[in-house]
Amino acid sequence: MIELSGVTKSFGPNHVLRGVDLVIPKGTSMVVIGGSGTGKSVLLKSILGLVRHDSGTITLDGEDVTKAERDAFLARFGMLFQGGALFDSLKVWENVAFRLLRGSLKRPKDEARAIAIEKLRRVGLRETVADLYPSELSGGMQKRVGLARAIAAEPEIIFFDEPTTGLDPIMSGVINDLIREIVVEMGATAMTITHDMSSVRAIADQVAMLHGGLVRWTGPVADLDSTSDPYVQQFIHGRAHGPIEAVR
Amino acid sequence: MQAVSSLLAAIGRPVLALLAAIGRVAIFAAEALGHMLRPPFYWREFGQQVMQIGWFSLPVVGMTAIFTGGALALQIYAGGNRFGAEAVVPQIVAIGMARELGPVLGGLMVAARVASSIAAEIGTMKVTEQIDALTTLSTHPMKYLTVPRILAATLTVPVLVAVGDAIGIMGGWLVGITRLDFNSATYLKNTVDFLQFWDIGSGLVKGAVFGFLVALMGCYHGMNSARGAQGVGAATKSAVVAASVLILAANYLLTEVFFSA
Repeated sequence: MIELSGVTKSFGPNHVLRGVDLVIPKGTSMVVIGGSGTGKSVLLKSILGLVRHDSGTITLDGEDVTKAERDAFLARFGMLFQGGALFDSLKVWENVAFRLLRGSLKRPKDEARAIAIEKLRRVGLRETVADLYPSELSGGMQKRVGLARAIAAEPEIIFFDEPTTGLDPIMSGVINDLIREIVVEMGATAMTITHDMSSVRAIADQVAMLHGGLVRWTGPVADLDSTSDPYVQQFIHGRAHGPIEAVR
Repeated sequence: MQAVSSLLAAIGRPVLALLAAIGRVAIFAAEALGHMLRPPFYWREFGQQVMQIGWFSLPVVGMTAIFTGGALALQIYAGGNRFGAEAVVPQIVAIGMARELGPVLGGLMVAARVASSIAAEIGTMKVTEQIDALTTLSTHPMKYLTVPRILAATLTVPVLVAVGDAIGIMGGWLVGITRLDFNSATYLKNTVDFLQFWDIGSGLVKGAVFGFLVALMGCYHGMNSARGAQGVGAATKSAVVAASVLILAANYLLTEVFFSA
């Protein structure tokens, strides 16, 4: 279980997180929604320790993430980055098997390649893609490779940062379905940040709405449409008028 | 009174900013050196950087050296002609290349080629979240990106300097025998007889220091690149400028240490 309590983060005068409280139970798929610039990515990066929060606590299974042994802590996570963040200088299979080629999870090269190809198949890519470089792939294929890399070491927790940004609706649907299938199949805890409502409905068990540096609403995805919260209603219906200012 | 205080503030601000920048670079360098001493070591990445920094810089260093050696021979001959010292061309070309021009020009060419490429590559990795991705894959960016580059540059630039020295001396020899009527065997004998071990050794030490500075500046500016294409461009420019200035400053200091009476 991931638990955030009173988490704050500022960049100079810009107070991005103002005391976020959020619980992500084990095995749950939590989707965090909110407008651009509301601190969704900062929240996710704070959990991983890529950004150091100013105050408050973040715990994983009761252990403070800032005090956890770094390698063991990160070995529990997989992450799909918004732009894929594939390493340009490595072939696709080397990207997928990155964790399996070095460090504590190191395997023999042939075995790592076989696992990479199996994960590529799992995300709907052929074996021929394995020896290409990321720059030779389309945006949708890069996202799939990023997804394969995120699940290669079979992590307990997977983070998805805007998984469908920049993709056409059909490819977005494919990625959403893959994420849902994989999360269920692996029994992983997932946290997704997005402002794409089709992703929310496809991926989420629970939804949290972030606005103004605080979690304004949280609940099951089934309650999303029926909630009377004006922030959620404005966001999910994409209305220009409401408590969320259109110009931020 | 207010004018004086404004003047002092105007002087103090850039001085403080410079000192802060020096401090940040020193901390970065100390961190990189610390990671060099602790496993894991990424030997494959190190090997790739040896090729990128060392092998692929050979043509540019070689071309620079051969033309510099040739021009140096012509200049020394023309200058020496004024007081009947034309015969010292082989000795001065050799000492000039080995002690100064080989390491400095080689270092500057590597700075232009390598510091820019390191800063641009790491800067782009930063803005495309590849550095964050490395961290989430339990790989320390300093160990994976910085250590192999600094180590490769520190070890390969002296080799480049040695090759550059040889090519530069050969450039002087070529001009000497074709344009200045030197006897080939005499030219080479004078070169070999005159050169001492420390002439070459000091240049190699300089090469190692320059290689370290080039990679350090490339990595530091890449890792601290601002967002966007403009940020990467600025990081690249800063890396080349800083590496070049540091090479020239370090060259003076090392020359003082090695050769001042």
